Amino acid sequence: MVFKSAGYTGDYLPNSILHLACALKFSRLMKMDITDRGEEKIYLSKKIDGFFINIAKTSRFVLNYFVELFRPPYEFPEIARQCYKIGCDSLPLISLTGFIIGIVFTKQSRPSLADFGATSWLPSLIGIAVFKALAPLVTALICAGKVGSSIGAELGAMKVTEQIEAMDVSASRPYKYLVFTRVTACVFMIPLLMLYTSFVAMMGSYINISINEHISLATFIANAFDKINFIDFKGSIIKAVVFGFTISMVACYKGFNTTRGTEGVGKAANAAVVTSMYLIFIEELMIVQILGWFR
Amino acid sequence: MQTNSAEQTEIVIDIKGLYKSFGNNHVLKGVDLQVARGENVVVLGRSGSGKSVLIKIVCGLLTQDKGSVTVLGEDVKNINHKQLEQLRLKVGFSFQLSALYDSMTVKENIAFPLMRNFRELSKSEVNSRVEDVLNSVSLLKSKDQYPAELSGGQKKRIGIARTLVLRPEIMLYDEPTAGLDPISSIEINNLIRDISNQFGVSSIIITHDLVCAKTTGDRLVMMFDGVVQSQGTFDEVFDTEDERIKSFYEYNFI
Repeated sequence: MVFKSAGYTGDYLPNSILHLACALKFSRLMKMDITDRGEEKIYLSKKIDGFFINIAKTSRFVLNYFVELFRPPYEFPEIARQCYKIGCDSLPLISLTGFIIGIVFTKQSRPSLADFGATSWLPSLIGIAVFKALAPLVTALICAGKVGSSIGAELGAMKVTEQIEAMDVSASRPYKYLVFTRVTACVFMIPLLMLYTSFVAMMGSYINISINEHISLATFIANAFDKINFIDFKGSIIKAVVFGFTISMVACYKGFNTTRGTEGVGKAANAAVVTSMYLIFIEELMIVQILGWFR
Repeated sequence: MQTNSAEQTEIVIDIKGLYKSFGNNHVLKGVDLQVARGENVVVLGRSGSGKSVLIKIVCGLLTQDKGSVTVLGEDVKNINHKQLEQLRLKVGFSFQLSALYDSMTVKENIAFPLMRNFRELSKSEVNSRVEDVLNSVSLLKSKDQYPAELSGGQKKRIGIARTLVLRPEIMLYDEPTAGLDPISSIEINNLIRDISNQFGVSSIIITHDLVCAKTTGDRLVMMFDGVVQSQGTFDEVFDTEDERIKSFYEYNFI
């Protein structure tokens, strides 16, 4: 504000002053109430301000979840309702995708292994591929599309029709009711869905293998889990939790910050899916890297 | 109620030198306004004159750039989040488009703020309070309907009922008759009057409907270009040579 009143636009300021001003702005925004109670003064150029405002807003939005974690009451009925919605609504799509992945992956891996006379390794190959990589990723991508878009559109529509403001003015704490419940439900449900996807994919794989070779289910399971250890299992669960948090948080953030009417609702739903998909791939890479250090 | 009588009674809303801008759009340019306990103040003005922004600042949905807003003795800008929540329980806000929760029935809509703010209430107490307010807006029969099944006028009444259930001391109405047919508008105007008489609440009513202003307002405040142009009773405000106020009156009755 001082810079603005002195006639500077901010673009010509030395970097150190610019960074200091941005940091001040950032720290002020971090202290603000989570609901957007108005526009802030422009300190520097609109672009630079916008960048820092977005970072501050997103950080506050995410950090507020952890604050709410320690602030009862927890809205258990609504969390249960969201768990049911996220879990049951996604089951048909996840069942079909998981089953087909199991069949197709087995079918396509067979010729390569057959060249080396190693078809007996198929169960363990599929086990490793499904548990360690495919199940968390596929579940997350499906849920980003199905759950993320649904949350983004629902909250976006509530935002443009002032329903979120209505909760706010009646002291009904919209963040706790709308965001905390959805994020918590996703964090619980995505790992469960991931385990279900793994199970269904393995069943698809078993059916394909048993058509070509005589193998009992017990032998198939024993072989499949032979090369999977506790860290692999834990790693997949961690991935699913992180993906669940990301999908729901991104969708809620996009929904909560929807502007420009019905067009904005569509954009929020779309942005929720696209952004969470980008983040899922980046997180996948980071988690694999980090888990590699613990082996 | 005359303007000077407000000085003798308790002031529940005190707005002084209020400024608010959105970028280069200066919406409020020094608004002063006081509302006494039990008084209905109608704020009139053209679209974009900052009327809705004014009441959003009063209930803390927006913050002002300059000036002070004191509601029930609390400075809205400088109180913490918990105090703001406590204040909001005493200030009801009726939205222009009602803002009913689509996924809930009428009964659930009204019970929602009650259940989230008064968790100690039993189910039967919640039901009885919900039915009481539904009775007061004459819509008890619609309690199991969803907002999509209601008419515009019914939605407005349910929106008002949802705020009344918290037993507020102040009501803020944003365009209560916008988009309604004349009969429904009259019903809403009478409802606002009844609420004021029955519950003794003070109100700010934002409108450009002069029938609404005349029926519901003890005092009218005319806003143009982000400032209060004139205030007084209906006749005092419109007995003027100011062209803008005169044309506002004439166009309303064409």
